Amino acid sequence: MSRRKTWKWQAAGVPEPSTCFRFEDVSLVVDGAGILDHVDLAIETGGITVIAGPSGSGKSTLLRLCNRLEVPTSGTVRYLGHDIAGLDPLDHRRRVGMVFQQPTLFAGTVRDNLLVAAPGTGDDDLGAVLQRVSLDPEFLDRTGDDLSGGEAQRACIGRALLTEPEVLLMDEATSALDPDARRAIEGLAGDLAAEGLTLLWVTHDLEQAQRLTEGQTDRVVVILDGRIADDDATAAFLSDRPPEP
Amino acid sequence: MSLSLPVLSHQLSAGLSVGLSGRASGLVLGSESSSSIGWYGLAASLVLVVVALAVSWRLQLGLERSMLWSCARAGVQLLVTGWALTLVLHPDASIVWSWLWVIAMVFVAGLTVRNRAPEVPGIFPLALAATAVVGAISLGVIFGFHIFPVEARTVIPLAGMMIGNSMTSVVVAARRVTGELRDKRLEVEARLALGLSWQEASRPYLREAMRTAMIPQIESTKAVGLVFLPGAMTGLILAGVSPVDAVQVQLAIMYLILGSVACSVTVVGVGLTRRLFTPDSRLVRLTRPA
Repeated sequence: MSRRKTWKWQAAGVPEPSTCFRFEDVSLVVDGAGILDHVDLAIETGGITVIAGPSGSGKSTLLRLCNRLEVPTSGTVRYLGHDIAGLDPLDHRRRVGMVFQQPTLFAGTVRDNLLVAAPGTGDDDLGAVLQRVSLDPEFLDRTGDDLSGGEAQRACIGRALLTEPEVLLMDEATSALDPDARRAIEGLAGDLAAEGLTLLWVTHDLEQAQRLTEGQTDRVVVILDGRIADDDATAAFLSDRPPEP
Repeated sequence: MSLSLPVLSHQLSAGLSVGLSGRASGLVLGSESSSSIGWYGLAASLVLVVVALAVSWRLQLGLERSMLWSCARAGVQLLVTGWALTLVLHPDASIVWSWLWVIAMVFVAGLTVRNRAPEVPGIFPLALAATAVVGAISLGVIFGFHIFPVEARTVIPLAGMMIGNSMTSVVVAARRVTGELRDKRLEVEARLALGLSWQEASRPYLREAMRTAMIPQIESTKAVGLVFLPGAMTGLILAGVSPVDAVQVQLAIMYLILGSVACSVTVVGVGLTRRLFTPDSRLVRLTRPA
């Protein structure tokens, strides 16, 4: 992952690294309020990239721009080099899955939920995707009301995986869960990343950011007041101390 | 039944005076009819309103002002309407005035829907389209199949019934569609995030809203005759028409109202849902009413 200041390869003529998402001077204004302010950012393909920041800093909006649930007021968001404004939104959203803060299961059984993502899929394949997220295939017949928060979120991840995405966007996906369920989902994220999936994980929890990136701070993007923080501000935020004046 | 519906309706129409109104109050007031209640009868009918006011005051419901305003408003509106109708229904008056009246009805219905559902974005043109479609289709069926003759005394009250009933359902449909998509935004966006189109993502919520809007009319149609006697039929019976003949007319009207409600709810439900999504299948921001 590289932030704006690290784009030295551009000037030096160094070949571009494998960039998954690139934000080019992206701003977003909603009802007159600036949410994102001239964001320049590149996110590498593969592994887990954490987008951290305090509540209201714009990190979830940044994620929503990645699968076009939001569109920028100005600037360009690119996916694998393509301006996503020019991509088919439905196809793009299947390639870039998203898991939300609250486990959002639809009415009906887990099977019904999975079939929304992949109509016509047989029980064997549905059971396999449940196993991939560490749920027993017997969960297919359960309804959302019968699941714990952690189980429901796993089912949501399984549902997102059924579209066979290349990228999974996790929007504070564990903030509504208890610590055990949170750790379990983090472990699952690590497994998915090891399988080759690119994960963008939004969190305000610094300890979680540390765990997910195994201490690699260059895999953490800090966003403050709608702007990508510079190195000093990032270091200050990650060490949980106020930035130097 | 020995008479065909068109023949019967022509006969009934000839004997009909003013009185087929919106929902259930279809009193037929003939000038020489014993059903004419006069000003004394009208004043006496306010006795129960006084009781309702007393109940509201005693239980501190805070509805006294609303009730008084609604009674006064209804009185003024209907008296003005009655006066205007005497001009439009005059034997020498051109039928063009009746059709202009219907157009005005459509416009007022659109405004009423907008006022009753101010939180729904862009509802006025949709409500206008829905009531216009309903007016065109229902009156087309009524007069195209010669169910009733094309006369001022049939055009206005029948259009009023179709548009009036549809208007109520349109308000419910519009508010429910907006409310469902606003309150279940997370679910809708979770569906969109799976690559579903706006049509697919909104379908469960649109279906629920349309069911809610149509069920009262369906239930009302089911219960007719068992629980209540509808207005047009009651009016015809009071005017001396045979109950069986009155039933035949009432059935035709109820079927047409049911169809009108279904048409208008569909136009508004689908049209509004389309407006609440962007062309690239994003749900627009919806604010909760104050």
